[in-house]
Amino acid sequence: MTDGLSDLSGAELSAKLAAGETSANEVLAAAQARIDAVEDRVGAFLTRTDQLAAERAEELDAYLSTGAPQSPVAGIPIALKDVLTTNGVRTTCGSKILETYVPPYDATAWARLAGAGAVLVGKTNCDEFAMGSSNENSAFAPVHNPWDLDRVPGGSSGGSAAAVAAGEAVWAIGTDTGGSVRQPASLCGVVGLKPTYGRISRYGLIAFASSLDTVGTFTRTVRDAASMLQVLAGHDPRDATSLDVPVPSYADGLDRGVAGLRIGVISEAFGEGVAPGVAASVRAAIDRLEGLGASIGEVDLPHAAYALSAYYLIAPSECSSNLARYDGVRYGYRAPGEHADSIEMMFATRGQGFGPEVKRRIMLGTYALSAGYYEAYYGQAQKVRTLVIRDYEAAFERFDVLVSPTSPTTAFRIGEKADDPMAMYLNDIFTIPANLAGVPAISVPCGLDDAGLPVGVQLAAPALDEPTLLRAAHALESALALDLRPPILDGAA
Amino acid sequence: MPVEIDIEHVAKLARLDLTEEETEHLRAQLGQILEHAARVGEVAAADVEPTASPIPRANVYRDDMPEPSLPVDEALRNAPERDGDRFRVPRIAETGA
Repeated sequence: MTDGLSDLSGAELSAKLAAGETSANEVLAAAQARIDAVEDRVGAFLTRTDQLAAERAEELDAYLSTGAPQSPVAGIPIALKDVLTTNGVRTTCGSKILETYVPPYDATAWARLAGAGAVLVGKTNCDEFAMGSSNENSAFAPVHNPWDLDRVPGGSSGGSAAAVAAGEAVWAIGTDTGGSVRQPASLCGVVGLKPTYGRISRYGLIAFASSLDTVGTFTRTVRDAASMLQVLAGHDPRDATSLDVPVPSYADGLDRGVAGLRIGVISEAFGEGVAPGVAASVRAAIDRLEGLGASIGEVDLPHAAYALSAYYLIAPSECSSNLARYDGVRYGYRAPGEHADSIEMMFATRGQGFGPEVKRRIMLGTYALSAGYYEAYYGQAQKVRTLVIRDYEAAFERFDVLVSPTSPTTAFRIGEKADDPMAMYLNDIFTIPANLAGVPAISVPCGLDDAGLPVGVQLAAPALDEPTLLRAAHALESALALDLRPPILDGAA
Repeated sequence: MPVEIDIEHVAKLARLDLTEEETEHLRAQLGQILEHAARVGEVAAADVEPTASPIPRANVYRDDMPEPSLPVDEALRNAPERDGDRFRVPRIAETGA
């Protein structure tokens, strides 16, 4: 029987697998049955990997039947954002320019999960090249939020968030450059972890903004986030920015609670633009943390108000440089027809291959880096980045964990902000500073608003202090004990 | 005030063909976005060091060990156009009269 398997956590599934109560084949069958039941309405996937998954589950069951030691990842159905390369499996970045690209190598993040026995169920939809906050910038189709199909799942890792919320995968990988894991996690009612910059290798993560891009996780519990991070974290000689520092045990101490922990509430947390339903749920979560014995204070990040401006210079600048590689020569789309020369071919290829948001950011970045404007824009933004980092350093002298809403609003309607880039960018106001500073942050569901849409609370910790971050998140999650089952699953097996 | 941008020049630098409609749309949108982004200029930061990467790294070296390379067929598999063991592209230089 596969009933209910799709709604179990990875830890629960792993225990059942270890006890011989289920098999990798059954767990996979449950995930695929769920995909069959809801995917035509959700649209979380760009590519399904049914046959590969079946072969993998078969191998795993043969291995598990020997009673050999088993990783907590073994047999868990996982969805992978389509910006991470998979050897032999199409990887599109949600872009027409890579629509038929089949990488000859695996991203390290995926290789590590695969090596530990994870089962890939498919590659998930996302905003083109991970640029967006609603998943509406996918060149292929929007993703629908399982809590309300007329609403966005958030972005850019919207497919990964929706897949986990709807039980189409137990876990998913996303990437977070300015909030692209935490914001969709918040809008879809799941746990989204962005670890410290450099904690997980970026090798095979197709680059958007290299000094900000971070591989992150989607799970339905904080414990599962710790399990995923355990496998993903660590040095990779193929990524010079990956940190060569020891990886602690993320499960140890998860249950130690928050008594005595100093938690700082960001002073803008309940400012203008934060929806009342979001503010109420986040306040209640902070009260809950206080009730659990944490000491609560207020903390100001004086330069946070400029973080969004700095981000929208730094990220597009890095994007314009990184995306120069799409030239129609070695891989990807090439504009059809005769071209007078290669330069003309490149202009046409890029003009036809990129969508509106990607063009907008390439143009912004090219402008910010161009002669005469570099110092005023990119150079100044990098200085503001230094000040944002100093704000965090000062805050973490007084507090162990910082708290704010993840997103100022719950899920908005598809199309609502599509023609207003500035309104869209403001979604990331609480998430961007952690990317600029490189510190770890997590979004944990903390309630529903009046419309029945999930609200997420964001916790942040100093660089490499994922143990404290996960401990606080786990304590909050346990105390809230929410039962988050999106309406799309009513009556679904 | 929205920032005025020479969109055609920037598009040329970025090697992007833009339609007339895209050009006008971008002119308006980039002007607005840059107006917001230009707020970084309000921060007094003359004596602040810029940050390029959040986790400071000096040069990172590894041992120079030979490893197997990608086979040619694998490397060329995604090529839009191939000519033997090479990528084929439209001409890249004047051939001379």
